[in-house]
Amino acid sequence: MERYRILPHTADGKFQAYGETLDEAFANAALATASLMWDWTKVESKVGFAVRVRGRDLEQLLVKFLGEVIYLMETRRFLLAGVSGLKIEREEESYRIEAAFQGDEISGRYEIFGDVKAVTYNDMRIEDCDCGVCTVQVVVDM
Amino acid sequence: MGLTELVKIDENTWEIPKQGEMRVPAVIYASARLLQDIKHDLTLEQARNVACLPGIRRMSYVMPDAHQGYGFPIGGVAAFDPDEGIISPGGVGYDINCGVRLLRTEFMDAEISSRRKDLLEEIFKDVPAGVGRGGVTKLSRNVLKEILAKGAEWAVENGYGTPRDLERTEERGRMRDADPESLSDRALERGIPQLGTLGAGNHFLEFQKVVEIFDEGVARTFGIHSEGQVTVMIHCGSRGLGHQVASDHIELMANRFGTAGLPDRELVNAPFRSDLGQRYYRSMCAAVNYAFANRQMIAHRVRDVFARVLGSAEGMDQVYDVCHNVAKLERHAVGGVEKQLCVHRKGATRSFGPGRPEVPAVYRAVGQPVIIPGSMGTASYILVGTSEAEEKSFSSTAHGAGRVMSRHEALRRFRGEQIRDDLARKGIELRSTNWKGVAEEAAAAYKDVDEVVRVSHELGIGRLVAKVVPIGVMKG
Repeated sequence: MERYRILPHTADGKFQAYGETLDEAFANAALATASLMWDWTKVESKVGFAVRVRGRDLEQLLVKFLGEVIYLMETRRFLLAGVSGLKIEREEESYRIEAAFQGDEISGRYEIFGDVKAVTYNDMRIEDCDCGVCTVQVVVDM
Repeated sequence: MGLTELVKIDENTWEIPKQGEMRVPAVIYASARLLQDIKHDLTLEQARNVACLPGIRRMSYVMPDAHQGYGFPIGGVAAFDPDEGIISPGGVGYDINCGVRLLRTEFMDAEISSRRKDLLEEIFKDVPAGVGRGGVTKLSRNVLKEILAKGAEWAVENGYGTPRDLERTEERGRMRDADPESLSDRALERGIPQLGTLGAGNHFLEFQKVVEIFDEGVARTFGIHSEGQVTVMIHCGSRGLGHQVASDHIELMANRFGTAGLPDRELVNAPFRSDLGQRYYRSMCAAVNYAFANRQMIAHRVRDVFARVLGSAEGMDQVYDVCHNVAKLERHAVGGVEKQLCVHRKGATRSFGPGRPEVPAVYRAVGQPVIIPGSMGTASYILVGTSEAEEKSFSSTAHGAGRVMSRHEALRRFRGEQIRDDLARKGIELRSTNWKGVAEEAAAAYKDVDEVVRVSHELGIGRLVAKVVPIGVMKG
């Protein structure tokens, strides 16, 4: 199963991320987001960040979770290379995500070729497991 | 969207009549040709959705360069009664106060021709751009808050430019309703490393030459007097800080008011007078100020470079600085009665005509300058605001050519290095931090800006004054 697929969209970035579980699809969505800005396959895993995000529903959770990729790049100069231990948990009135991001610091070694400004709700789809494939679709503002 | 639902009013005006949940009609300003582009995406549906929002006055407007956005179309204008209506982050855009600043110079293209490469090289060194590159100023949180409160005024107080620049900036470079305390920690954190930076995507810095003057008198008032005269254009916004303000309030409004009744989640909004509505408005004003300060600092650096490379920056005056993504409180006539309205312009430019008090005294007799950048390597235009725009579009016009081709598609079709060579053959120098970004910004990926301004002129919502083309382009 491919991790994600970049789709055509006139003004911005659009992708679908896949996984056997929703957790896996979310993790691949983070990599898809990163892929619009840098080649995460070329980034070494030297530093890590623990990510904890809450949302009222799955859509809000996804928007905030993917927002961490941009936030860490802008404020910690962190380039995502991999995601591990991702768990989505349902609480009473909300959802929670915990995950570990691995990656490296921005340097001349890595080319940054795109600017994702924000994750949007536009055309968002979260499909939980049809025939063993979960799909999330996201449009990001570039 | 059924084709039959569009009613032709004239060559450049189309209406979606009030129907269903719409409180007002939607009006699309476009030529038949531009309308074809507009019909390719969800712009018309979005314009119709906007017309359903509480407190909207007159019409939901769509400008000639419109394309699909988040909730509201980009190139959309919608004004709401502040007491009965709403304010919506989607009506402003994520890049709050993405806008353009224009400087004129006393230099002529022929004079500086041999120094183009040097000029561009030095600008490239002095103005940080691209993604993940830090700004030139080390900011503390307190200083950032000062900037959020005072905008371009702060920049001038700290040695970046002159009071003359402020006179010639929309809002004088400072929206006074800004409240820095209303921003989240995350918004502040994103703002700290990015002050003074150009950003990436469709943001750019160009020095240009005038190739055509349509209205000599108005051009002269703006400081443009000859073909061949060199001008400078800076196009950028509020970077991560603005985006965070938008994201934060989209979330807060969704949590407080829900999204159930909305035709589109991204139309999430709050009553203007509510705590949350006011909080967004004041945060938005702060983000607007950040972008003004940013452009003020970048303009100052460009003046420094010109002085260094060419020996002088005398006569390098600001023409104007306009916002493309903003919500403003402005007085407009509705049904013969003048009222203050909250005017949302997303991917649209204010276009005030003669006599408006908001227009700087030096321009008040003719109207405000309207700056419409084309896409990379193509022409940009200077227009003047009009009285007709009042009635037609709440004094608004287009902001620049919208995209017609996805970045993905542009990357497939174009190579950055090829574009650079093509431009060089046309006498245009280009410097960028990355060539993929250049390919994405290929001119063919954008609508025809010539057509967009022609329609604006014909409609009378923004009249042509001058046309400039790039001679040096810097992209993030």
